[in-house]
Amino acid sequence: MGPIIGALEITPSYYLVLAAMLFTIGTVGVLVRRNVIVMFMGVELMLNAVNLTFVAFAKALNDIAGQVLVFFTLVVAAAEVAVGLAIIVAIFRRRRGATADDLKVLEG
Amino acid sequence: MERDLLEWIGIVPLLPLIGAAVLMLFGRRIGAPLAGWIATALMGLAFLWSLVMLVAILSLPENARSVTSVAFTWIQVDQLQIDFGFLADPLSITWILLVTGVGSLIFLYSIGYMRGDPNFSRFFAYMSLFAGSMLLLVTGSSYLLTFLGWEGVGLCSYLLIAFWFERSSAAIAGKKAFITNRVGDVGFLIAMFILIKEFGTLDYGATGAAASSASSTIVTAVALLLLLAAVGKSAQIPLFPWLTDAMEGPTPVSALIHAATMVTAGVYLIARAHPFFDASGDGLEVVAWVGVLTALLAGGAALLQPDIKRVLAYSTISQLGYMFLALGVKAYTAAVFMVLMHAFFKGCLFLGAGSVIHGNAENQDIRIMGRFRRFLPYTAIGMTIAWLAIAGVPPFAGFWAKDEILESAFIAGDYGIWVLGLLAAIFTGLYMTRLIQLVFYGNERFRDDSPAVTADALPAVSGGSDDDAGGAGGSDAGGAGSLDAAVDPADMPDALGYDPDFLPTVDFTEPTPRASRLHGHDPHESPVIMLIPILVLATLSIFGGLINLPLKGLDFLDQFLEPVFRGVTQPAPDSFAEGLSLEGIAVVLALIGIGIGLLLYRKGLRNAAKDPIVDHTGNLAPVLGHAYYVDDAQAAFFDGPGRATAEFLDEDVDQKVIDGGVNGMARLVRGAGGGLRHAQDGLVRRYALGILLGAVAILLFLLVYVGR
Repeated sequence: MGPIIGALEITPSYYLVLAAMLFTIGTVGVLVRRNVIVMFMGVELMLNAVNLTFVAFAKALNDIAGQVLVFFTLVVAAAEVAVGLAIIVAIFRRRRGATADDLKVLEG
Repeated sequence: MERDLLEWIGIVPLLPLIGAAVLMLFGRRIGAPLAGWIATALMGLAFLWSLVMLVAILSLPENARSVTSVAFTWIQVDQLQIDFGFLADPLSITWILLVTGVGSLIFLYSIGYMRGDPNFSRFFAYMSLFAGSMLLLVTGSSYLLTFLGWEGVGLCSYLLIAFWFERSSAAIAGKKAFITNRVGDVGFLIAMFILIKEFGTLDYGATGAAASSASSTIVTAVALLLLLAAVGKSAQIPLFPWLTDAMEGPTPVSALIHAATMVTAGVYLIARAHPFFDASGDGLEVVAWVGVLTALLAGGAALLQPDIKRVLAYSTISQLGYMFLALGVKAYTAAVFMVLMHAFFKGCLFLGAGSVIHGNAENQDIRIMGRFRRFLPYTAIGMTIAWLAIAGVPPFAGFWAKDEILESAFIAGDYGIWVLGLLAAIFTGLYMTRLIQLVFYGNERFRDDSPAVTADALPAVSGGSDDDAGGAGGSDAGGAGSLDAAVDPADMPDALGYDPDFLPTVDFTEPTPRASRLHGHDPHESPVIMLIPILVLATLSIFGGLINLPLKGLDFLDQFLEPVFRGVTQPAPDSFAEGLSLEGIAVVLALIGIGIGLLLYRKGLRNAAKDPIVDHTGNLAPVLGHAYYVDDAQAAFFDGPGRATAEFLDEDVDQKVIDGGVNGMARLVRGAGGGLRHAQDGLVRRYALGILLGAVAILLFLLVYVGR
């Protein structure tokens, strides 16, 4: 199946476990941190965790579609970064500091 | 080849509809009188195309004389498919010839009649739409397409009756026609629903074939519902008051409604749906009785009307009653024959009445006319011929048609109906003689100083009723003011001590846009463009009967329509002698009616305020004059219980239940929103948690329920 490092055969589940861990770290980062930039990094982590699962499945199932999807994710992530950072910069200019919990003008 | 040609019957309704579209879009720019000529030319073309259709169908063998052509599939729902198709068979071709032929004459006449009207092109746009709808009605290959034309005709009757909508009475009359027709439409709609449910089609051929094997309940229900539709459209008892009020429209409209289109649609519908009536004996019986009662009662009501157009309106109702009578005794061909002949003489009478009104400064009261033959000689000739035709004097058109109907009633064994029909024939002779004698013969009563209007017992010469209308009329005539008030048609009943009780319910006190009274000068004959249609129709009233003489080989219409009514045993006399003697009875009674009329009115009226028929009918006079108070009863019913129901529905049901429900719903939504909005607290991280929990929930669902 997978490549062999020493006596260990790296099966797809290794990648999936790693991806799950990365995803969880990213999620927790988004949920518990108040700094918008750090939250943003959490989102990036989640995206890349998903990319990892795509690639892993693409390799395991010998299907190119997974790899193609990664490109899409990368493009979207790049766009998201551009817009997201622009928003963050705008927030910084206005109110020095970017704490997510302070940005609640639109509460119901 | 001929079949291919007959598939183009759809052109006939298309031509007037094109005219209507063009005139509605560009009418104002086209202007008078070109707009009228365009409409008339298109109608004429439609007539020529109808003649082509006639030739085409005559060259087919009798068994093949029914061609259905499908333009496109109109409605496709599940099993139900309704095509936008046309049916060319002897019945539809008879009708398109009638509508386009008489219609183009009326259009031609209207060019003269409507000259100077500010809405000239709008008038012709509506008229074209009217004719187009009627043609669609009779050429459609299914009940639904007929219904489309049926509704179009109803709409146009509203538009045209209320054409002079500045007058409130005209606007009201238009609404009345529209609403009364809706009552009948309910019957048509429910009948179609039943047909769809039972047979799954609305096609004439398919439903007709299925009718004989359907259960008698279904057949009778369909027959009675279609009868309701026909009663509304053809102004039979009890839905007739709209037709007399429809006289508010311009006179050519009355002619079009009465002679060529609209009211004959009911007869067409029953003739077209005859398999249902054949299969349902009860249905036929009801049709016959509705017809004969209408013929009799409307004939009675026509006796007393002082308004030239109202006499003719009741006369139409009465003649339509004869047609229904014929349908009810299965004499379908006789009914169609009557439709044709009636179109000729009633078209002539209405156009003649329009000519009289036109030449008499819009005055419509026959009590103050008299001896018009001196001033309107050609109109007088035309209307006199039509009078003899409608009264049933041989050898004019009405004689052949009406006597065939009465004969059929006798042969069918419906002696009660036969006797009542004969009685109605006396009325026909009487009221038409009264009309013609009062208008064209006898003494002159239209001058301000005619002895008949200034004779004894004229309290109003003192000017007691010199109110708005009379005052307006008198002002331009100088010192004759009070006298004008006395003879103004609007004021006359009060002014002359005339019992106002049997005035028509819609009065004519409000002046028409062009109304004025003759002052000092005589009535004048109409222009040639109006006389030609009158005289053509008069000629047809003389010779029209030739298309269906009661002799073997000369009964062309019978032969032509035979494929349509194949399998129906229409009543026919056993021998020529039997037919002759039956017709003799009818002729004698018609002559009695004419004789009484001549006796009473040959010299006109000695006093315009004293109509001898009022004395002779005694206590019945107000009843007849009011047409048995049907209109008043309907008005009282809808003003009383009807209004109460409406108010109950408005105040209790609508405002409390329905509005309550709607408002309650709104309150519920607002409350829920007020509660839920606190969930939106603006904390992005909490939203993110929400998204996560949602994603987890979906994943769990997939794992637990779908993944298994």
